[in-house]
Amino acid sequence: MSEFWSIWIIVLTAANILGCFWLIRWTMKKRAGESAQGDVTGHTWDGDLQEYNNPLPRWWLWLFYITLVFAAVYLALYPGLGKFQGFLGWSSGNTLGAVDSQYQAEMAKAAEKYDPIFQQYAAVAVTDLAAKPEYEEARDMGKRLYLTYCMQCHGSDAGGARGFPNLRDGEWLWGGAPEQIKVSIAAGRVGVMPPHAHLGDDKIDQVTAYVLSLSGRNVDAAKAEAGKDVFMTSGCIGCHGLDGTGNQMLGAPNLTDKVWLYGGSAGAIKETLNKGRNGVMPPHSDLLGDEKVHLLTAYVYSLSKQQ
Amino acid sequence: MSHEVVEKNVGLLAILVILVISVGGLVEIVPLFFQTETTTPAPGVNKYSALHLEGRDVYIREGCYNCHSQMIRPFRAETERYGHYSVAGESVYDHPFQWGSKRTGPDLARVGGRYSDDWHYVHLINPRDVVPESNMPAYPWLSDTVLSGEDTAAKMRALNIAVGATCPKCELYSEEEMANAQKEVAGKTEAEALVAYLQGLGLASKQW
Repeated sequence: MSEFWSIWIIVLTAANILGCFWLIRWTMKKRAGESAQGDVTGHTWDGDLQEYNNPLPRWWLWLFYITLVFAAVYLALYPGLGKFQGFLGWSSGNTLGAVDSQYQAEMAKAAEKYDPIFQQYAAVAVTDLAAKPEYEEARDMGKRLYLTYCMQCHGSDAGGARGFPNLRDGEWLWGGAPEQIKVSIAAGRVGVMPPHAHLGDDKIDQVTAYVLSLSGRNVDAAKAEAGKDVFMTSGCIGCHGLDGTGNQMLGAPNLTDKVWLYGGSAGAIKETLNKGRNGVMPPHSDLLGDEKVHLLTAYVYSLSKQQ
Repeated sequence: MSHEVVEKNVGLLAILVILVISVGGLVEIVPLFFQTETTTPAPGVNKYSALHLEGRDVYIREGCYNCHSQMIRPFRAETERYGHYSVAGESVYDHPFQWGSKRTGPDLARVGGRYSDDWHYVHLINPRDVVPESNMPAYPWLSDTVLSGEDTAAKMRALNIAVGATCPKCELYSEEEMANAQKEVAGKTEAEALVAYLQGLGLASKQW
């Protein structure tokens, strides 16, 4: 803040407070010929309504003085008068690179209290945190973190939604080992199923039948047989594998189980084939940090082991 | 009493009233027009692209600010949940700003990159498809309404005036950008524009 604006604020604020004081003193001053009590203003309304011109009530006047004193004390202690920081040196910390602010103090206090707890759990293996009874607190912390940062997509019951994986069913696109879950949370994942509309409606129909047959659904056998040829020759095996069991390195789903991220009806599968899919798990390491990611990993891992 | 003097002189009363009510603005608002923090873009904060600008207008039209703030206060409870607290230099390109004050839904100042694009599309069409507990209204028409981009250049020109008058270090839209604006926007749905806008919110803060 420049010198000019600092002075501008100080002068106007001080003048305003002093002005209030002057105004109340001046307006309450008795004028020549007035008595202290009982005079009327001279106005008459509705024939007989008159107004007393009494001095201000003492209690009100004192309240007014108290507000002025409050303002003066407040401006002495806290920032308010231009560049003057106040004798308490308080600041909220809402600028970039703020130091010694209320915010930093709050963060430091929380770090002192919570960091040892986070560090203690960070040193414990995910499998232990997820299973052992003595780590119930860690799982509770993981659950609360989950309900803050993860439930928007995966659901408060971790049951997922269309396009957003169920975390309880023990089936994994990118792998369910602790290290794999941790990478998914920290670095995110991008799953790409390219669109295949160029195959044409007939071939899409056939592949759909074949894909349905992989998980044991009743389909036209001839169509499925033709679909198998398309599946083998159109690039599907590149990600989903020769047997259709998928590839966790690529996040390619297993087509032989009964889990369908985008729906397992013929219509939904055709839409997937025609338009492709793009499943994105955003990275969370910057937002959460390693220790919270560790607790979340343990919580998510424990969910999948409950089934 | 002397207050009679003020009460019986309407002109004096008016002058005193104007003096009193203008002090607050003169002290608390006017100096902000000249502070570095309020007139310089924070590092990484850029002007809105044509599509982001249209998305922002959809945000305003649908009244998103009635339930969503874009103002993370320097409290641990907020920065843990959302990310870095908001700073004045983030709002230099916002006319009007979208700070909001009613926090029915979550703050959106750091929502960029927090969810996938797909999540936003599903969520805008019907929030309960992804968050069953949500009480946010559904906005299904956004995916059907296609933008023409006819007014985009005019909006940019208007913003140039507002931003140019308040933020000397801000980048204004060039003639070329305004000429290409319609092409960039036309044919996109309102949902696409809104999601683009949302996905850009708070990205600059990641480098702070």
